[in-house]
Amino acid sequence: MSQDIALQVKNLRVSYMTGDQEVKAVDDVSFSLYAGERLGIVGESGSGKTTLALALMKLHKPPAYIRGGEAILDGSDLMALGREAMRQTRWSKLSLIPQGSMNSLNPVIKIKHQMADAIEAHERGWTRGQINKRIGELLGRVGLPDSAAEMYPHELSGGMKQRVCIALAIILEPSVIIADEPTSALDVVVQRVVMQTLNDVQEQLNAAMIIIGHDMGLMAQSADRLAVMYAGKMVEVSPISSFFSDPQHPYSQLLISSLPSPEEKRELRAIPGSQPSLLELPSGCAFHPRCPIAVERCQQEIPLLRDFRGGRRAACHLVEEPLQ
Amino acid sequence: MDTNRLREALSRLWQSLRAGAAYTLRTPKLLLGLILLGSLLALALLGPAVVDVNDAKSISVGTNKPPSAQHPLGTTSGGRDVFAVIVVGTPQTLKMGVLAGFIGVFLGTSLGMIAGYYGGRIDMVISTMTDTMLTIPPLAILLVVAASVRTMSVENMAIIIALLSWMFPARTIRAQVLSLREQPYVHMARLGGLSDIRIIFEEIMPNILPLAAASFVGATSGAILAGIGLEVLGMGPQRTPTLGMTIYWAQLYSALIRGLWWWWLPPIIVLIILFVGLFLVSAAMDEFVNPRLRRTG
Amino acid sequence: MKAKHLLEFDQVTMAFGGNKRNPGGVVALEDLQLTIRADEPRIIAIAGESGSGKTTLARLGLGMIKPTGGRVVYKGRDLWAMSKQERRDYRREVQAIFQDPFAVYNPFYTIDRMLLTPMRTFKLAKNRAHARQLMGEALEKVGLRAGEVLGRYPHQLSGGQRQRIVVARSLLLQPRIIVADEPVSMIDASLRANILTKLKELRDDFGISLLYITHDLATAHQISDQIFILYRGRVVEVGDAATVIQNPQHPYTQLLVSSIPRPDPEKRWEGTVEIPLEELSPGDDRAGCLFRHRCPERMTQCERTPGHFTSDYGQSVACYLYEDNGK
Repeated sequence: MSQDIALQVKNLRVSYMTGDQEVKAVDDVSFSLYAGERLGIVGESGSGKTTLALALMKLHKPPAYIRGGEAILDGSDLMALGREAMRQTRWSKLSLIPQGSMNSLNPVIKIKHQMADAIEAHERGWTRGQINKRIGELLGRVGLPDSAAEMYPHELSGGMKQRVCIALAIILEPSVIIADEPTSALDVVVQRVVMQTLNDVQEQLNAAMIIIGHDMGLMAQSADRLAVMYAGKMVEVSPISSFFSDPQHPYSQLLISSLPSPEEKRELRAIPGSQPSLLELPSGCAFHPRCPIAVERCQQEIPLLRDFRGGRRAACHLVEEPLQ
Repeated sequence: MDTNRLREALSRLWQSLRAGAAYTLRTPKLLLGLILLGSLLALALLGPAVVDVNDAKSISVGTNKPPSAQHPLGTTSGGRDVFAVIVVGTPQTLKMGVLAGFIGVFLGTSLGMIAGYYGGRIDMVISTMTDTMLTIPPLAILLVVAASVRTMSVENMAIIIALLSWMFPARTIRAQVLSLREQPYVHMARLGGLSDIRIIFEEIMPNILPLAAASFVGATSGAILAGIGLEVLGMGPQRTPTLGMTIYWAQLYSALIRGLWWWWLPPIIVLIILFVGLFLVSAAMDEFVNPRLRRTG
Repeated sequence: MKAKHLLEFDQVTMAFGGNKRNPGGVVALEDLQLTIRADEPRIIAIAGESGSGKTTLARLGLGMIKPTGGRVVYKGRDLWAMSKQERRDYRREVQAIFQDPFAVYNPFYTIDRMLLTPMRTFKLAKNRAHARQLMGEALEKVGLRAGEVLGRYPHQLSGGQRQRIVVARSLLLQPRIIVADEPVSMIDASLRANILTKLKELRDDFGISLLYITHDLATAHQISDQIFILYRGRVVEVGDAATVIQNPQHPYTQLLVSSIPRPDPEKRWEGTVEIPLEELSPGDDRAGCLFRHRCPERMTQCERTPGHFTSDYGQSVACYLYEDNGK
């Protein structure tokens, strides 16, 4: 993995107003996505992970709005781009496989035509032959036979539909792919096939990929690095092997120890309490009421995401020896 | 304990009223619709203070007079004051529509709920009946029935029209109940030992009410339209000067050709205001019932 | 006579939409044999993918649908031939926990109704104060405080809280069996362990047996005693949960177990799996082993439906690979 940065996100803030209160759905999130890497982002529902994905694509809907920050891709800041420039960037440089996308295929249009529409929207002046050839290539890439092009969405299984959506996302060979819960609602074997497809495609394109999800197992299977979001903030970003062997943030530690294993039966440790509402966040570190090792400082001071040995980053006052 | 509950209920009612008012102000469709309907109601309520309602009876004033200070909207060939006719007729037309809409929606909702909840043979009978009735042009039946009623009153007409306007509510409510019936909370209630009747009234009914209210507005405007159709053909109540009957008389006495525009134009304008108002309210309620259309924020 | 079996699925078959042209209809569950014993509370996992028949099994056990073949028997009585009193007892003693902790609440009412309705129907409380006391106790058992949740609307609580209230409702009725259909699949990871622990406590502290319906073998491994693996309506493997998941024998169970995304980057999926396209629209033909089209070990005898054989590890497997071990 090279250390070229494909996407640099700095201090991104996304908020929405409810009544006259500002809710910080994504609060001061910064991270780098390296070229060719797979970055997993996990979090519970309401942690801001989907809002983050949509904001990076600038597909967030009001009342959500971008309150500040930068996202630098290919030398330009996405957050500063105008509508038309962003439209051209989307799909060609940065593409999204949205949550539940397999249900967003138009049920009355053949796969072939849905793909052709997407190609024509960006590549003007292609002949019918060129387009059909491209469709064949794309379907091949995601492991579907050419015959799938002639089918309607209802004739395909969930896993196949999801692969069509992956094909749609890579039409213009983007350098960054964002997959939001790409396998939710799929059976375990199909889930495995879809993840394989996604990883193969990403490797062939040498693209960088952000996988958003809640399943730690899937992340362990696919991601190179893992980021954890809690109540709108990124609380840990670490290489995948050190994340699972030696998690830094107490929330990460508890998450890992709460996972059931198919190898051995052990007592599961539950995390006490539940995620706070974004409307009434606790002071200081948002995790402190549930944290088993919280000290007084945690109630007063919001911890920053700091760098530690081995490329790890964590936002916790109690993690020792930061790199200076 | 009980005073606390009452206070709680009152404060909840107050809160929902406030939320309702805020929603109305945020939704221009609903606001405009309510203003239009409200102005018609005001006309009906306050009109008698301005004009002698007895002038709406025939041969109570001079005939064929154009608008003047004495008769702001002129008079008809039958010797009625048009403004008085509007003041008397508008509430009659509204009453007919609301009554027919209410009966129709009540019938439709009951049948739809029974069909949707019990399914099977009961559903088959009710659905077939609904679908058959929907295919028959309602005006044809209305004409036959209305022609055989000796003296037509506003109430009679409402009942006749209601008998032909329950099908749409029945169909929408049935579809809704079909999906509500499979909701996990209905399963839960059934597993909890609740009887069918209690499930229908306590679990399903509250979730049907907004939809029933929305179809009530639609049914009311449908009923008024059907009523006007009957009246313009002369099948309406002969003694009450409803809006439709006014148009019928105007047409019978060739008001259009004779240039007596003050006779036929006012009832038409009132009807247009009425329909636009009802349409706006029903569109706004659709938005509320169907969350996909609901505006956020 | 006191029945030895609490709940029994006796050769139960469920087919949907049978008519004259196609008398069988679509078979969702075929010849299922399952018993929950009266003397020892156990957690029995029913695992499979979508289309395996696991939800049909749950609905049959709850008496929501009537089987097209065989009988579902509770305390020695066929569910569909019970007297009114027997049916009432069964309704109280067999409870349900559903997948979606939001949809089981009528959005129109506060969550109190979830607890009050069964108390009223089964006349559990003597008066209002007693009812409040029982509610408080039940909530405490699932780690909630009455003051925090009572009087609130469902959308004001978290998924974990809502699901625990459903568990509290079950406890209120002191059931013998709880049918839990994917109870944690919609719960956030950090709260999942909490609910799973509560489910285990139902068995250990309250002597309640559980039918745990799930697609997640890792959680099944964690809490259950026995496991049934279903494939397209048939049981392909059944046995001690730890044995089956640690040493899967049926090729299908092996595929399932190897596909679990393990939360361990050192144990990533090995090799690639392909799902043959024809498998994606399975026909109605139910002759032979249903998995043979995808099976790497396919043999000639797989055209005939296999019976169950005992493996070296002790579980029962519907596969000819274990024929020599004897029935």
